Amino acid sequence: MAQKTCSDAVSAASEHLSSLAWERLLKLLTMFATFFKVGAFTFGGGYAMIPLIKAELVEQKQWLDEDEFLETIGITQSVPGAVAVNMAVYLGYKVSGSAGALLCAAGVILPSFIIILIIAASFAAFQSSEHVVNLLRGIRPAVVVLIFSSAASLSQKVITRPLIGVFATVGLAALVFGGAHPIAVLVIGGALGAFLFPPERCE
Amino acid sequence: MILIQLYLSFLKIGTFAFGGGYAMVPLLQNEIIASRGWITSAEFADLMSVAQITPGPIAINSATFIGYQVGGVAGSALATLAVVTPSILIIFVLVRMLMIYGDTPVVRRIFRGVKPQVIALIAAAAIGISNMAFASVEDLLIGATAALGLFVCKLHPIAVIGLCAGAGLLLH
Repeated sequence: MAQKTCSDAVSAASEHLSSLAWERLLKLLTMFATFFKVGAFTFGGGYAMIPLIKAELVEQKQWLDEDEFLETIGITQSVPGAVAVNMAVYLGYKVSGSAGALLCAAGVILPSFIIILIIAASFAAFQSSEHVVNLLRGIRPAVVVLIFSSAASLSQKVITRPLIGVFATVGLAALVFGGAHPIAVLVIGGALGAFLFPPERCE
Repeated sequence: MILIQLYLSFLKIGTFAFGGGYAMVPLLQNEIIASRGWITSAEFADLMSVAQITPGPIAINSATFIGYQVGGVAGSALATLAVVTPSILIIFVLVRMLMIYGDTPVVRRIFRGVKPQVIALIAAAAIGISNMAFASVEDLLIGATAALGLFVCKLHPIAVIGLCAGAGLLLH
């Protein structure tokens, strides 16, 4: 009797374990697929990927909230390298460890890699195609609208007081009119924020 | 031998390219054209236009393209790997540090200042490319279509991009 319950417990445990492993594998594959999509549809570099990642990971999968998403952008923008790759590695690591980080990096890199290889091998034909040019001219305004909408929807949670709104506007003016470097804005913003804003209350 | 040089060059570019995207262009120019002479200035201009109109990070596009010119498929794989290696190592260290220190009051307060500036950064990026993106009446029409699709029809960003690519073909 005791033997039986013991073996039952073992088989139940191993079943549980394999379903955990399966879940983890599924999550890793989903992460890879998500960043593959991001790599394939991000035209115009860095910031163009923000609306896409937000739609996939924050709104649909809910693997991270808006706060964590903003932290991610702040961090990945402040270290060297392509922001898209940094974000893939950072989010991949946060959601499912180092395997997740490497898979997400591979996912975001592969579409570029494949497309550029094809183009490099047949460059002249690609460059002279009027259809390709027109297609891409259509994408540009869409990208601007998408990026603006990300800024607007993310600001709803962050800009909760007029002072924070002024703070963000000063940063925006420094970037657009003053030609300030993004990293300088983030570092000064972080330093000022530590003094300007009262510590968060515990819930 | 040239493959090792290629790897080292892109490792260097990946390590010092702060700010992403176009921030790495001067670095790339200096390393690839001026010191190595792997491609000419005219080829570099072609590369920039290709990088701009194909999806994906500019760093990856450039590494793949130049790697191919220098050493074929093996060269492009090597250069691409090299340019992302520093990112992966640095982010790994950073995530570990944030796991330890991320919840301390000081770090939380710093992030409260960083977040509004991230929003400023995103808005500035949109403003920065809007001049080039809205050059004609057609572009404005396409932009309005994108806004309609996104806010009214609640389309996924990929659907919006597909829709506007189609509109671009029809209108231009």
